[in-house]
Amino acid sequence: MTDILDLSLAGARDAMANGQFTSLELTDAYISQAEKARDLNIFITETFERARDDAKASDARREKGEVGLVEGIPLAIKDLFCTRGVLTTAASHILDGFKPTYESTVTANLWKHGGVMMGKTNLDEFAMGSSNMTSHYGGVRNPWKVDDRDLVPGGSSGGSASAVASHAALGATGTDTGGSIRQPASFCGIVGIKPTYGRCSRWGTVAFASSLDQAGPMTRTVRDAAIMLRAMAGHDPKDATSDERAIPDFEAAMTGDIRGLKIGIPKEYTLDGMPDEIAKLWAQGRQWLTDAGAECVDISLPHTKYALPAYYIVAPAEASSNLARYDGVRYGLRVEGDSLDEMYAKTRAAGFGDEVQRRVLIGTYVLSAGYYDAYYIKAQKVRALIARDFDAAFAKVDSILTPTAPNAAFGMGERMDDPIRMFLNDVFTVPANLAGNPGMSVPAGLSADGLPLGLQLLGRPFDEETLFRVGGVLEEAAAFTAKPSWLED
Amino acid sequence: MSLDRETVSRIAFLARIDVPDERLDALAGELDGIIAWVEQLSEVDTDNVEPMTRVGNRKMPMRDDVVTDGEIQADVTANAPESRDGFYLVPKVVE
Repeated sequence: MTDILDLSLAGARDAMANGQFTSLELTDAYISQAEKARDLNIFITETFERARDDAKASDARREKGEVGLVEGIPLAIKDLFCTRGVLTTAASHILDGFKPTYESTVTANLWKHGGVMMGKTNLDEFAMGSSNMTSHYGGVRNPWKVDDRDLVPGGSSGGSASAVASHAALGATGTDTGGSIRQPASFCGIVGIKPTYGRCSRWGTVAFASSLDQAGPMTRTVRDAAIMLRAMAGHDPKDATSDERAIPDFEAAMTGDIRGLKIGIPKEYTLDGMPDEIAKLWAQGRQWLTDAGAECVDISLPHTKYALPAYYIVAPAEASSNLARYDGVRYGLRVEGDSLDEMYAKTRAAGFGDEVQRRVLIGTYVLSAGYYDAYYIKAQKVRALIARDFDAAFAKVDSILTPTAPNAAFGMGERMDDPIRMFLNDVFTVPANLAGNPGMSVPAGLSADGLPLGLQLLGRPFDEETLFRVGGVLEEAAAFTAKPSWLED
Repeated sequence: MSLDRETVSRIAFLARIDVPDERLDALAGELDGIIAWVEQLSEVDTDNVEPMTRVGNRKMPMRDDVVTDGEIQADVTANAPESRDGFYLVPKVVE
C-alpha cells in the first residue's frame, strides 16, 4: 500500500492543489489498486483507459486554473447510472449490451466538476437487495473478513462500498431506495449519505421505486461526502421532483461545534433480539454527542414498525410499473416467441432474476383490480403517518441518532432463503426513504468479531448541513481507524 | 386472502413473466408469505388520513408546452435488439 492511497478525497484534492502530484499519478495508483482488488468482483465494467484520459484532461484544466469540486479525483459509479457509450447493466441480464446514448445528470455533474471515471460498480439486480447477491454478475466480496467466510458488502450499492473500502476508488456513487447506500456503508466501514428526496436528480438513473430512489456519495470520511454531494446535487429541469433550492457548501457546515443542538433518540429503534453490541454502540454514540455539548432527548416515532411492510408494498408496486419497459423491444435481451406477448413473457422470464421477479409479481398483485385500495392506498396512508412522526420529532430535535443496521456484515449466501429476514436489514433505514428525509451512516465502531458498524443520523428535509455538522463530530469522537483485513494482506 | 397457484398464474400473465407450471406452487408460497407479513398494516388506524402521493410539499413544476428535443431517432433505436429504417421490429401482431 502506497501513501497516496491513504489520502482522503479532501487530502488528495489539497495535495493536487499544492502540486504534490498530478491526477494522472493519482489515477494510475488507483488503477493498480483496482487491479489488485479484482478478486472482490467490484466492477462490472472497468474504464481504466477512460480514467487515464479523464485524468490527463483534468491535469490540463488545472494548468489553466480550472478546478472543479472533485477535480482529478478517481470515482467509481454504481452501474445504475447511465453513462454515455459505456455499458450500463443495473446488474441485470435483461440489460445485456445496453450502451446509453445519454448521460445521467448526477454523473454529468461529477464530470463537469472534474471527476475521473474508474468504472461501473456491481450491485444487487435493479438495486433490489441488501447483500449484492442478486447481481447477474455475481456477489461482491467485502474487504473485511474475520474468519474463513467471505462476507457480503451489503447492498444494493455493494460494489461501490467495497471499492471505497478497498481503496479501488476515492469515492463512489450509490443510490438508496430503502437503505442501499447506508447499510453497505455500515458493513464496509465507510461514510454514506442518502440526501433529501429531490436533492439529486434521478434523470438517467435506472429507476427502481421512483418516489423513494435517491442518489448519494459513498466515501471514506464525512468531509469527503460533503465535497462529493455538492458536486452531484442540484436542480434539474429534466426531473420534475428535483428541487430548485441552491446547493449549500456542505463542507463549510462542518464547524465541529454541536453545542446546544438537540439529538433525538427514538425508543422504537430498540428491537427485540437486537445484538447487544448494536445497543452498546448506540449508547456510546449518544454519550459522544452529549460530551460534545449536544443534548440527547428521548423521542417517539410511533409508526416505525410499520415502515418495512409499507415499504414492501410501495417499492414493489413502483418497481412493477418502472420495470414494464424491459420488453425485449427497446434495449437489452430479447428471447423470441411466436407472438408479441410470448416474446415479452419469455424475455422477462429469462432476463429478470428471482428477486426481481418476486418483486414485480408482488407489485403487480398489490396494484391489481380489487386489491389496490387494500394494499397500495393503505400503505400510502401509513407512509403519511410515518412522515408525520418525523415532522413532529423534528419540531423538537435537530437530528436523530440510530444504529444504521441491526447487524454487521454476514456471510455470502447466508439469509438467501428467507426474503423477510433479508428485508429486516433495512429496518432502520427505510423510514427516511418513505418520508424523504436525509440520512447518513458514519463508521462508529467494531462488532465483537471485529467487523465495522455504523451509526445513522437523520435530519430535516433539505437540512443535510446539520447532518454533516453532527456527522463530523461523531466521526471525530469515534476515531474509527480500523482497516479491512484485505488492505493489510 | 391467500395467494394460490391460480392467482400467481394470473399476475404472472399481467406482469408478462413466463412462469413454468412447476414453479407456480413454490412461488405462491413465497409471495403468500410476503403478503401475509405486509398485512400487519391492517392494525394501523388510517381513518381520515390522506394517502401520501408526493414527498415534501412541493408543487409540480410547470413548463411551457414546447418541444425540447427531437431529431434523435438513431439514438432512440440504437439499443434495440431489432430495428430497421428507424423503427423497432416486433413479432407480427396483426393477422
